[in-house]
Amino acid sequence: MRYWLALLLALIAGPLAAQTALPPAPWADRQIPDAGQERQAKALMETIRCLTCQSQSIADSNASMAGDMRSQIRERIMAGERPEQIRGWLISRYGDWVSYEPTADPILWPLWLAPLALLALGLLLLRGRIVRRKDA
Amino acid sequence: MIAETGLAALWLAAALALLQLFLAFFGLKGGKPELLPAVRPVAIAQGLLTAVAFALLITLFLRSDMSVLLVATNSHSMKPWLYKFAGTWGNHEGSMLLWVAVMGMAGATVALFERALRRDTHMATLGAQAAISLGFYAFLLFSSNPFARIDPPPPDGQGLNPLLQDPGLAFHPPTLYLGYVGLSVAFSFAVGALLTRAVDAAFARAMRPWVLAAWILLTLGITAGSYWAYYELGWGGWWFWDPVENASLMPWLAATALLHSVTVLATRDGLRAWTVMLAVVAFSMSMVGTFLVRSGILTSVHAFAVDPERGSFILVLLAIYIGGALALFGWRIRTVREGAPFDLVSRETWLVINNLLLSVILGVVLIGTLYPLMTEAFGHKVSVGAPYFDRIAGPLALALMVALAAGPLTRWRRDSARAVARRLLVPAVALVIAALMLAFAPVRMGTLPWLGLVLAIAVGIASLAPLWKRRLLRTPLFTYGMVIAHLGCAVSLAGMACDSAFTVEKLVAARPGDTIRTAGWTLRFVQILPIAGDNWTALQADMQASRNGGAPVTIHPQSRFFAAPPTTTTEAALLTRWNGQLYVVLGEEVEGNRWQMRIWWKPFVTLIWLGGILIALGGALALVGRERRGWLIKWRARRATEA
Repeated sequence: MRYWLALLLALIAGPLAAQTALPPAPWADRQIPDAGQERQAKALMETIRCLTCQSQSIADSNASMAGDMRSQIRERIMAGERPEQIRGWLISRYGDWVSYEPTADPILWPLWLAPLALLALGLLLLRGRIVRRKDA
Repeated sequence: MIAETGLAALWLAAALALLQLFLAFFGLKGGKPELLPAVRPVAIAQGLLTAVAFALLITLFLRSDMSVLLVATNSHSMKPWLYKFAGTWGNHEGSMLLWVAVMGMAGATVALFERALRRDTHMATLGAQAAISLGFYAFLLFSSNPFARIDPPPPDGQGLNPLLQDPGLAFHPPTLYLGYVGLSVAFSFAVGALLTRAVDAAFARAMRPWVLAAWILLTLGITAGSYWAYYELGWGGWWFWDPVENASLMPWLAATALLHSVTVLATRDGLRAWTVMLAVVAFSMSMVGTFLVRSGILTSVHAFAVDPERGSFILVLLAIYIGGALALFGWRIRTVREGAPFDLVSRETWLVINNLLLSVILGVVLIGTLYPLMTEAFGHKVSVGAPYFDRIAGPLALALMVALAAGPLTRWRRDSARAVARRLLVPAVALVIAALMLAFAPVRMGTLPWLGLVLAIAVGIASLAPLWKRRLLRTPLFTYGMVIAHLGCAVSLAGMACDSAFTVEKLVAARPGDTIRTAGWTLRFVQILPIAGDNWTALQADMQASRNGGAPVTIHPQSRFFAAPPTTTTEAALLTRWNGQLYVVLGEEVEGNRWQMRIWWKPFVTLIWLGGILIALGGALALVGRERRGWLIKWRARRATEA
């Protein structure tokens, strides 16, 4: 009884699952045979944002669009493009938002300066708190 | 009737909180000390009422009472009872009621058990706790009533997000909330001490157990949440630098810093103003985190209960409490004398470095999390994620590990640099050996994982060094606590480094009958069958996994379909070995009976969470050890006076 119910529900659920199975992206979940290229592709994917999900990289998203983008990246890597070229292409297409890797854009400078500023502020506050030993 | 009783209990508790605030205020400032004896009973009654309200909401969920709006929109009668129960806090209103209940009960606990604090400070603390509670009561009652009815009741509920239908939901949010909201006690202590001018070593000793308890729970909650995301999201990641994760990390960073600075205050009467500031910051970070998560202002994988309109309410609360506390700090801090300065070579210096680094990491996480919001205001959408946080927080955390190794091996007050260097000799030798071995090992690894692993080994050894040449039976329990917590940091770091350096990934499309080989594992894909659970059906693969020709073990990765609400989730199959974890995910069918599979072999990945548990265990030992010692001292003193 339980088994038939399962089959029935699986049949009902089938179309729901199929909805996300758009035209297959051949390299979405298939590794590049060359390990070095796959490593490059993987490293890039981990820094590209999935556009249809909530704050995930395309390297760990089930969304079909993330799969398409993974496939694109692997194909381009195999065609010999460098990862930064591909990132540039993705940014020109989807905007800065697509890349988790902060670019050299001046709007991001404060982000890189922040840790230094905080460290300097901390040291400034500490100045005079720690004294050198007077008698040794 | 249950829902109405719950609502009444909440209103009554809110009224008692108001009364508690007035009693404390007029008792201390209005020249009516005869009011003060009433503060503690009122705080206890308030805490009990919030507990009753929360228990009643759980009852409504367990009974699947669909005439209650919250149950109808978030539950389903077909769910297993555990998820009906845990589903109580798997939504906005329920989780806010949990927040208020924890806050009420934390206040009641302070009223019941706090004995070490000066009486006027104790009363002011309870008044402050009531003042914070009031804001959250208002939030709950005016904009997030969990007990609202729906008429006519629907035939059944809409169900709970299937990603949340996991035993993790029963453990992770309550633990995290106990930690989050437990920090409100430290906040109230700080406010109470500022108001009554009582910032000193005795105050620090009274506050320490409360900070420690909240920190232990926060540590456990984050560890559990990380493991849950790791196995449930199905991509093998354990930390994503997602805004919600950052929201839980920030209070933890502040609490960790506070824990160390409060020790300096308790032991050496130093860092007074800084400790008070950190106590304010820690709970402020809890509130900021709640605001970020609840308002939906930042997108997150883990946000399951979001309502932008309520965000502004929390924002107002934030402004009132954080602004108020900082104003009080600015106004009163001149009355707090700083303790004596430290010698350069002393344990205090290491603890100050610890506080500096933790604060900078906290600042970086906060700025990185909010930065996309700021640039968006200028019409420029950017993403700040793992590449930024790893690169900035990673090196800072590694520097912190050095302080962690050296601090406990340096004496309080003053030490000689040569003696410290001598004590660090063995870990330093281990560091060099590990560095050389890894440099010549036939593996490719990044600089950060390499440094991480080398440091983890050296710091692991250094963390045990405080026990060398001591009589182990006579060593106080809290020293063991520190040693174990520090060892936990090294263990966790080793797990993180191994995971990022040695993980092997394999993606395949396999037919039943195929054999897959990767990283010393042989996986035979036997068959794929549909199965049914209580409220889901699934396609389940039967696979036989064996490592290096050993005996095969059957594993079952699943792809689950939930009917209410209609969703597919992947249930990864995990096979844990002492030296790592095999992680298998079943994906979609690609073509004629070929199934997409993702397989990872993750060497030593479990150390990440084992380390987290060790850190919390160390905290627990320190808590028990300190309390026991305090109790023993009191008992001996009493016996001495009687004799």
